[in-house]
Amino acid sequence: MPANPDSAVNPEIQGRTYPATEPYLVGREKVREFARAVLATSPLSLDPAAAQAAGFADVIAPPTFPVVVQEHSLAQLLADPEARIDFSRVVHGDQRFSYSRPIVAGDELTATLTVTSVKSLGGNSMVTAESAIVDASGAHVVTAISTLVVRGED
Amino acid sequence: MSTLQNLEKGQVVAEATFTLGRDTLVRYAGASGDFNPIHYRDDVAASVGLPGVLAHGMLTMGFAVQPVVDWLGADGYVSDYQVRFTRPVVVDPAEGASVTVTATVGAVNDDGTARIDLKVVVGEQTVLGKSQAVVSPWPGA
Repeated sequence: MPANPDSAVNPEIQGRTYPATEPYLVGREKVREFARAVLATSPLSLDPAAAQAAGFADVIAPPTFPVVVQEHSLAQLLADPEARIDFSRVVHGDQRFSYSRPIVAGDELTATLTVTSVKSLGGNSMVTAESAIVDASGAHVVTAISTLVVRGED
Repeated sequence: MSTLQNLEKGQVVAEATFTLGRDTLVRYAGASGDFNPIHYRDDVAASVGLPGVLAHGMLTMGFAVQPVVDWLGADGYVSDYQVRFTRPVVVDPAEGASVTVTATVGAVNDDGTARIDLKVVVGEQTVLGKSQAVVSPWPGA
């Protein structure tokens, strides 16, 4: 246990769901910019004609692109005073993306974050947050799952 | 014939080495919106006890799957991808860093999907643990 229990992440946030984020419109140039930034060379992410030849309306986002949308939902959690998460002590532990379909430029996405687990381990807290990302019709696109390790007081 | 057919467990499907410079980190910061200064400022990295400026974990996760994406081509997509951030990648201001990815078939599933296991190393040291990508035919295909 940390010396000061009030400095630990509040275990009562387990199960808490935050409001859906503002819609995020996935732009073609944003997908291409992100693809270049993760050293992608796939024409499906860089060349609209190649994506269209494969049957898509526009370029397809790289597998880790949802982090950009998830970020808006994680900001809600980190800003929640009741959660007591000190961002300067946060280390990214695990990350996962589980898709129902690929993200295509033109999608309008919203993320809804739920805290699925808060655990205490050796003075640190482990917070797992799942952001369900849906399109404009409400259909599931991808769920982004992060486990954050919040280091206890030194 | 689809890339996803006739896969065998243990088969190496892709290998690649990525060279990261500080410019790579700055570009990822801009594209992702993660402007934590430990990813571009030596003084800040040192002040919090790090051995140097680190690559964003999400950058490493992002490029480590690209050899799988390239191997798949238009035959399907990465429908599930997970990693554990086990060791940071230090990016030297002059020398940069070199990260090698080996993608191996970990499981072939009855539903037409396959699990690809990624070994992601700097030198001999693993930087991403439990790194797995599930490759699937396009939904509705």
